[in-house]
Amino acid sequence: MPSFAQSISTALQLLGSADPVLWSVVARSLAVSGLACLIACVVGVVLGAWLAVATFPGRGALLALVNTLLAVPSVVVGLVVFLLLSRSGPLGFLGWLFSFQAMVLAQSVLVLPVVVALTRQVVEDAQQAHGEQLQSLGARSALRASLLAWDERYALLTVVLAAFGRAVSEVGAVMVVGGNIEGFTRVMTTAIALETSKGDLPLALALGLVLLAVVLLLNVAIALLRRWRERVEGDAPMPLGDAVLRA
Amino acid sequence: MNSVLALQAAQVRFGSRVVLDGVTLQVALGERVALVGSNGSGKSTLLRLLHGLLRPSAGTLLRDPAATQAMVFQRPFMLRTTALNNVALGLWIRGESWGQARTRALRGLARVGLAELAGQAARTLSGGQQQRLALARAWVCDPAVLLLDEPTASLDPHAKREVEALMAEFAAASAAPALTMLFASHNLGQVKRLASRVLYLERGRVMADLPVLDFFDAACLQQHSASAHAFVRGELLRGALWHGRHTAVESAPWPCGFRALRLVAWRRCCVACRFPLRRPGRS
Repeated sequence: MPSFAQSISTALQLLGSADPVLWSVVARSLAVSGLACLIACVVGVVLGAWLAVATFPGRGALLALVNTLLAVPSVVVGLVVFLLLSRSGPLGFLGWLFSFQAMVLAQSVLVLPVVVALTRQVVEDAQQAHGEQLQSLGARSALRASLLAWDERYALLTVVLAAFGRAVSEVGAVMVVGGNIEGFTRVMTTAIALETSKGDLPLALALGLVLLAVVLLLNVAIALLRRWRERVEGDAPMPLGDAVLRA
Repeated sequence: MNSVLALQAAQVRFGSRVVLDGVTLQVALGERVALVGSNGSGKSTLLRLLHGLLRPSAGTLLRDPAATQAMVFQRPFMLRTTALNNVALGLWIRGESWGQARTRALRGLARVGLAELAGQAARTLSGGQQQRLALARAWVCDPAVLLLDEPTASLDPHAKREVEALMAEFAAASAAPALTMLFASHNLGQVKRLASRVLYLERGRVMADLPVLDFFDAACLQQHSASAHAFVRGELLRGALWHGRHTAVESAPWPCGFRALRLVAWRRCCVACRFPLRRPGRS
């Protein structure tokens, strides 16, 4: 077995050599997670914004359920989607099991609670702070939710990035529903798991480095976005003037 | 008398806490009503109730359906977009097309002296400018009733004067139909300058409801409500000490019957400043 330093060195060589196997796995991984994230965000932002302003019996229970789903292990999500897509399952007619679509579906289901819960939190905070003023302008709850979600678009973009981070780094769900088939459903995380078990540490490390770089880039993007937003759109609190002095 | 707003024995509860209790009130067209009282006395709750943001837990609220209402808050909320779009938003929500709303919003911005800042992000404006923007947003909706919740409370003195001048202009300019204005304020000078009628609230109850001249007449106020008298006395002294300057004490418009306080305030200022000045003359 090669030493850690040898593995790192080989991994860097692999990254530099434009290895087609490596980069096809990376591209598939980004495509699956990106698409899953897109689907989850379209549904999740609408659902989360609605949950933030809606009042109905059982809302508390629904919020508890969404918050519980945040902590569901990805293999459990994979198992549920597997059962849904299996030949005898309700979605078996689609014939998606062990395919790209199955992995997208599994990751969408996995990430959806994250988007819903975080969007709900962001919009609900905004609603508590400013909802009354929008209501005073005549905005009803659906319009209020839309306006507040739009106003919190940078915070929601952070939610999107966080969701993508969760999707791209999970291994359980895609392993169960995708089957880790080389050239078809092998993504970065499943490839890392497989190559490590095979003892091919350089490839696993190279993929791990790419994964780390993706997460790092996401974090940098979030930080830059936040800084730009503060500079361009003036998020500083209003001057308090003599209200503070009086206090 | 044409009543645009009426409350009958209205009560507002938040859980077990009674915030407004048995408030009966009629506001006539064109009146300028000031709500005064300590923090937590129910001024903001009363304004929110009158604007329909709260429902009374008991009692009734009657609003003239033909009278459009607008409300300005102490800390106005501005969306992350331009000043122009923020003003146009109110009109758009009320059903105007976006283009028409922006045209009218531009007129509103010009009205409050912010036309040149129309394209600037609203949140980058100063507190005073944002408050003027909020006034423009209310004004473009052409309200018959304008409610203002301490609109100058968190502003510096200069911005405070600008906003107050706009409030006075709005009240004076809309002659037909007359603008009905209700505002909460801690600033008794502002109340005296802008209001035609004053409501004093204490622990959710209206303890005094008087024309402005009577409210600032010590004997009359004492006769109506000892607690309102004590409040005004305390506020005047606090105001004098807040300024901490003899000049402020001397130039302040001490209301009728409260002039004896002036000497007390002057003495306290002397102690506070450790700088004796001439005794103030009669105003």
